[in-house]
Amino acid sequence: MRLEEADRARLAGEGGAAAAIAMELVVAAGRAMGAGSLLDIAGAHVDGCLYHGLASLDFAEKLASTGGEVVVPTSLNVSSLDLLHPDLYRGDPLIAGRAKGLMDAYVAMGCSPTWTCAPYQLSARPSFGEQVAWGESNAIVFANSVLGARTNRYGDFLDISCALTGRAPATGLHTDEGRRATIRIDVVVPDSWLDDDLFYVVLGHKLGHEVGTEVAVVVGLDERADEDRLKALGAAAASSGAVGLFHIAGVTPEAPTVDAACQGSSPRRVIEIDAEDLRHVLADLSSPSTTLGAVSVGTPHASRSELGVLARLVAGRATRVPFYVNTGREVLAQADVDGHVAVIEEFGATIVTDTCTYITPVMRPSPGAVMTNSGKWAHYAPGNLGVEVVLATLTDCVESAVTGRVVVGGLA
Amino acid sequence: MTAVLVGGEAEGEVLALDAPLSFWGGYDPEEGRIIDVHHPQNGESLAGRILVMTHGRGSSSSSAVLAEALRLGTGPAAIVLEEADQILVTGVLVARMLYGVSCPVVVAEISASGRWRVSDRGIEPSD
Repeated sequence: MRLEEADRARLAGEGGAAAAIAMELVVAAGRAMGAGSLLDIAGAHVDGCLYHGLASLDFAEKLASTGGEVVVPTSLNVSSLDLLHPDLYRGDPLIAGRAKGLMDAYVAMGCSPTWTCAPYQLSARPSFGEQVAWGESNAIVFANSVLGARTNRYGDFLDISCALTGRAPATGLHTDEGRRATIRIDVVVPDSWLDDDLFYVVLGHKLGHEVGTEVAVVVGLDERADEDRLKALGAAAASSGAVGLFHIAGVTPEAPTVDAACQGSSPRRVIEIDAEDLRHVLADLSSPSTTLGAVSVGTPHASRSELGVLARLVAGRATRVPFYVNTGREVLAQADVDGHVAVIEEFGATIVTDTCTYITPVMRPSPGAVMTNSGKWAHYAPGNLGVEVVLATLTDCVESAVTGRVVVGGLA
Repeated sequence: MTAVLVGGEAEGEVLALDAPLSFWGGYDPEEGRIIDVHHPQNGESLAGRILVMTHGRGSSSSSAVLAEALRLGTGPAAIVLEEADQILVTGVLVARMLYGVSCPVVVAEISASGRWRVSDRGIEPSD
């Protein structure tokens, strides 16, 4: 691998011990990926601040205690604790202490305490073509697909290593070639589905299954696929598959046409996805349970517009079951100005920031299935929390909460 | 053709996954078993096995969970992939740096089950 003078100096320890460790990881990962060189990044989003055991803490403390300091603007992903609502935490205090230590270590390295899995909803977000190093699968796929920024799928450890060095392996989704669509997906569904949020979630899940790590261009959607829907689609695709980038012809910035997304080549594979396929996916993701235990929405973290929609749906009503809304602290502050937070809290919902209901113990035990509008939540919660999940639209989630029983329209 | 992503030597029984596994949300490093209810091999342990899968999947937190599994001794002895995956490679490298645990990662094709040896020279059956 070709290294620049500054890279070699960092490897030799001239930037301090932490920068040398970080550089070593960036180079090793780059070699593993077949990168011929490194490139400069303009920013990073670090996922390593969520506690996954002592290995995550040992690594962060090693970097922080040996002088680690980020050299590019760096946001932080969700953590294990809600620092704004600390009483919500129901887990082991020992783990909470370690999780807090982990958060402190990343802040000590100069990362911004944004604590959100949706950094693309922050006021500062990457521009088209900008090279960044992001962790968090849903954020990665959004940055690449919707913003047209360029990042590979950076895991814990490598994300902070890129932030500490300002460098990333020049390969994969950082390059034009790596962004070329090799699969074309023809979506053939009733036009009315394009107005249904649930359709985008289920399509995303199917997309992840079909394409794995490849880049697909989806045909058959239009401008109704707005940012919130693309967020849901990408999050589901990045959970069921290793999708880091998708294109949607006529919608996403690198796909004005199918031909543009394929960069003039023919797709290697063409797949048709129809209504029947998607009904099967929904049936697989969603439990037929009719007992409602709780509702959780906002995975990935709810946007300002989604909190607005939720406020309109719940205004003047009351939930009969625990109802959780996950969002980022910056978005929460904006929604507060909008007057939406008070309405949502009056409804009886619990607002969760800095973390998420499926990665840390905040939900009160409540017999019955948990309803969600998130494909990602539906995918991971059964394993993480041992709960049954019903996947439905936000409207159905609210109607169910108000009546106290599962009401689902499904994909009609 | 074999490409060595992380060097080292290991020997063990092959566990060929029928679907890619996301370590985060899919593997419990404390208990040492697959906990993804959607995964065909839900409940299986990776400890000491030669993990064979096409590619990694899902969350970018998988590096940390893999490193934690290797710290606790519930991780695989080696990983054989069809496609390189930097998320898995990073987890393995950090476990080696912090705890001196070795887990070679190679891109290769394993056609049969049984015991295999993974080294910088490639992969071979060990019986």
